[in-house]
Amino acid sequence: MKNPMSLIREIDYGTPASTSETLVTLNVDGFEVTVPEGTSIMRASMEAGIEIPKLCATDMVEAFGSCRLCLVEIDGRNGTPSSCTTPVTPGMVVHTQTEKLKKIRRGVMELYISDHPLDCLTCAANGDCELQTQAGVVGLRSVRYNVDANHFTPKVRGESNFRYMEKDESNPYFTYDPSKCIACSRCVRACEEVQGTFALTIEGRGFESRVSAGAHESFIDSDCVSCGACVQACPTATLMEKSVVEIGIPEHSVVTTCAYCGVGCSFKAEMRGDELIRMVPFKDGKANRGHSCVKGRFAYGYASHPDRITKPMVRDSIDQPWREVSWDDAYAFVADRFASIQKTHGIDSIGGITSSRCTNEETYLVQKLVRQGFGNNNVDTCARVCHSPTGYGLGQAYGTSAGTQDFDSVEHTDVIVLIGANPTEAHPVFSSRMKKRLRAGAKLIILDPRQIALVRTPHIEAQFHLPLQPGTNVAVITAMAHVIVTEALYDEQFIRERCDWDEFEEYMEFVTDLRHSPEVVEGLSGVPSETIRGAARLYATGGNGAIYYGLGVTEHSQGSTTVMAIANLAMLTGNIGRPGVGVNPLRGQNNVQGACDMGSFPHELPGYRHISGEDVRNIFEEEWGVTLVKEPGLRIPNMLDAAVEGTFKGIYIEGEDILQSDPDTHHVAAGLAAMECVVVHDLFLNETANYAHVFLPGSTFLEKDGTFTNAERRINRVRKVMAPKNGFADWEVTMGIANAMGLNWTYTHPSEIMDEVARTTPSFAGVSYDHLDEVGSVQWPCNEKAPLGTPIMHIEGFVRGKGRFINTEYVATDERSGPRFPLLLTTGRILSQYNVGAQTRRTANVIWHEEDVLEIHPHDAEQRGINHGDLVSLASRAGETSLRADVTERVAPGVVYTTFHHPDTQVNVITTDFSDWATNCPEYKVTAVQVALATGRSNWQEEYNEQAEQSRRIEHNGELIHGD
Amino acid sequence: MATEAKMIREANQIATFFHSKHHDEGVAGIAEHLNKFWAPRQRRQFFDMIDAGGEGFDELVIEASATVWRPEPVAS
Repeated sequence: MKNPMSLIREIDYGTPASTSETLVTLNVDGFEVTVPEGTSIMRASMEAGIEIPKLCATDMVEAFGSCRLCLVEIDGRNGTPSSCTTPVTPGMVVHTQTEKLKKIRRGVMELYISDHPLDCLTCAANGDCELQTQAGVVGLRSVRYNVDANHFTPKVRGESNFRYMEKDESNPYFTYDPSKCIACSRCVRACEEVQGTFALTIEGRGFESRVSAGAHESFIDSDCVSCGACVQACPTATLMEKSVVEIGIPEHSVVTTCAYCGVGCSFKAEMRGDELIRMVPFKDGKANRGHSCVKGRFAYGYASHPDRITKPMVRDSIDQPWREVSWDDAYAFVADRFASIQKTHGIDSIGGITSSRCTNEETYLVQKLVRQGFGNNNVDTCARVCHSPTGYGLGQAYGTSAGTQDFDSVEHTDVIVLIGANPTEAHPVFSSRMKKRLRAGAKLIILDPRQIALVRTPHIEAQFHLPLQPGTNVAVITAMAHVIVTEALYDEQFIRERCDWDEFEEYMEFVTDLRHSPEVVEGLSGVPSETIRGAARLYATGGNGAIYYGLGVTEHSQGSTTVMAIANLAMLTGNIGRPGVGVNPLRGQNNVQGACDMGSFPHELPGYRHISGEDVRNIFEEEWGVTLVKEPGLRIPNMLDAAVEGTFKGIYIEGEDILQSDPDTHHVAAGLAAMECVVVHDLFLNETANYAHVFLPGSTFLEKDGTFTNAERRINRVRKVMAPKNGFADWEVTMGIANAMGLNWTYTHPSEIMDEVARTTPSFAGVSYDHLDEVGSVQWPCNEKAPLGTPIMHIEGFVRGKGRFINTEYVATDERSGPRFPLLLTTGRILSQYNVGAQTRRTANVIWHEEDVLEIHPHDAEQRGINHGDLVSLASRAGETSLRADVTERVAPGVVYTTFHHPDTQVNVITTDFSDWATNCPEYKVTAVQVALATGRSNWQEEYNEQAEQSRRIEHNGELIHGD
Repeated sequence: MATEAKMIREANQIATFFHSKHHDEGVAGIAEHLNKFWAPRQRRQFFDMIDAGGEGFDELVIEASATVWRPEPVAS
């Protein structure tokens, strides 16, 4: 892994590993080999170092036994069984290479090749084709068959060949060339078993068998979600990345971590020189286990997009065009401006925002810059707007904000409770693992106002869907607890051993009150009481119960209370502290977990230690040589409030687009506009940059070393595969600002930053780059007690000692529908786009989602005279925008839904400044709105575009050009 | 929304949660929450309003204000 100069070739064992603990010893070609019971002969043989020829077998899918190439002979058995489908038995004696086998294999191979175009030299898979390899392996030297009946020539004897099918190039990232298909079914099985979409099938029989997307559709029109599993599984050039077709096969590869969502998939970045050829999921990646989604696998083109800004730029005021300057001039500009602002307006008049998209090391440096250099604690991060209630709620109940499990845990789950999360769209690779478990029989309970895909999707149907009114999470979850307590379904032994019994007794009294009964809550939430009861009973009695939740839980006025209600449920039922159970926040961005770990919040230092603690401050004071302020700093919304009031004047924003992502755009814009020095550090001129005075170009995850920490607390390495287009990794840029301010930082590599984290933060004490290179990844806490990390939390007892039951009173949000705004808007995500879309909008992914649309129920649409596809206005008390309507029953009457991936819709013009009581996490998931037919774009959209147009002008060689 | 109205709303939102605790625990909980999470700037604005009579604040917030730390006078 450390040597980047070779292509990493992972061993294909042919069939999946067996998890049995019983071992079996057999003999393969005279060698003894011991493997777990249930292992195939093919795999056992590979483990003994003997590779049996194969075509239809690959270890990402179950054995199929169709190609007849992997036949073996076994002493004492008749015939030539296929080694992929035959399990090992004790004392079995296997022969993989006999005269009989050689003859059969050659015959089989000859048949395959007789229906294959022999254009190997110009084929995209040349050098990476299993058919080619196996032909060599079996010693095929000639083909005796006449090939009139074939699938690969457009014409036969002058007549058009009815068997021939054109190449399907409809998918933007890969091609399907039926003429090269050997009907091995690997793609079909990958789509079923690994991805769980069932988009592919084999049509026809015998010689007419062909792979087909859907019912003989093009890939783009089929159910295909473009995860790439089929392309990875294909042994020939039938399914092939377009990048390989265009460039050629890679020559070296480096293992790294995807920079999209919180799943944190490991990939091999396969390179030719410094050109990225393709991203291939890494089998040893413990988060993804060799799987990927359309974003991580294919949507990396933004890294080389012409919109990328590569030179630093400054301007005195935001109505001026940008001026390109040297890095040193840009750093000096920032340092001077910040110094003079602090001189005039006080120490607290500036602050910073760390990025959940950057590495741990980069995030750590931004908070260090604020605390050490700015001399205050005005640092915050985008977790403010997503999972801050998780930190608060789980911290209160269990003593740590940590999600309790690893992703592997789902393989042991019997009942999955999914609350306010849509993993097939937002955490696709984990959703595939979840779906696999569900197909194996686990039960599913969904709490979501929308009919998300998992409610009913091929081979999966939720046992209970609770389509609650937005804003009633606490009521419904507390009602589930009511059922568990009043029907005595709770785990008394667990509670007595692990929790504070007195608090439990008080909680019992609270929760048994009639106002928490499903019958009363039905009136508030719209969920039938019997459904609530059924769901509660299933979770309490169905075996290992695991709760997975997302932003539909946190982004509410009662976000923190909902997290506590979830924590109560898990404690009540004893579903904590072992594989298959737990409370699992599905975090949004790639490194939002890490950004929180690294001390990005204004009230705490790295490792979640409150700034008021003198001992903790001392550690950092010694390390940094300054005195730290013991008071909490400003949160993002407070910074904006203070800016509007004139006391907050400067901000350094690394890799976040608050103008688009944060609620109440008008307020964000007013705050930014009131500042004297806004420094944006990003890949592109994002929306926030319209209000910036300094633009510092950022680098992509492909261009730097570092670590990301995913939703399961797993610290994964990010490895540099190409030089930064802007010249510097982001940690170097932050260091440039620090040193212009006289801080004298001397890091030469991000590993030194991680060493500083390990030195100062007990939960990271055992983390170093050497350790990560050695073991792949670790889940914190990683220290002397747990050198390989901690996959499951709270095994012996809770981090805080006794688990704490907390009364969770439902309080209706102030944001409610009324005559002026009769509908409730809730917001979310879509598979092909990521967050504010700055990256994915600059890839071919736009083919799936060119614009944000408004989902509205047919009943509400009809009342307003709205047809599918109409331009409609969406208005709240905060603002108004226009977008197209998608009339659908996915949303209930009274509820509308949209995504926030496109700046020209800018749904956050609509969202309000209501927020979670404990953390100020915005209430994105509930806004009272009205929808009407629109005549055009809203005034706001027109004005905004004009301002953006003006603001993006760049003075380049004496000319004005327009940046995008 | 004006700062004062927003401050009242946010403080009262916190109080609403702590109403489900025993009275003393609730009061202590509110004070601890404001001390832990509200920057001095916010607490300064908060005390300006409390000192002016605290109109609009939940009674539990007013009670808790006795144990909320008074920030140092404006530092610059």
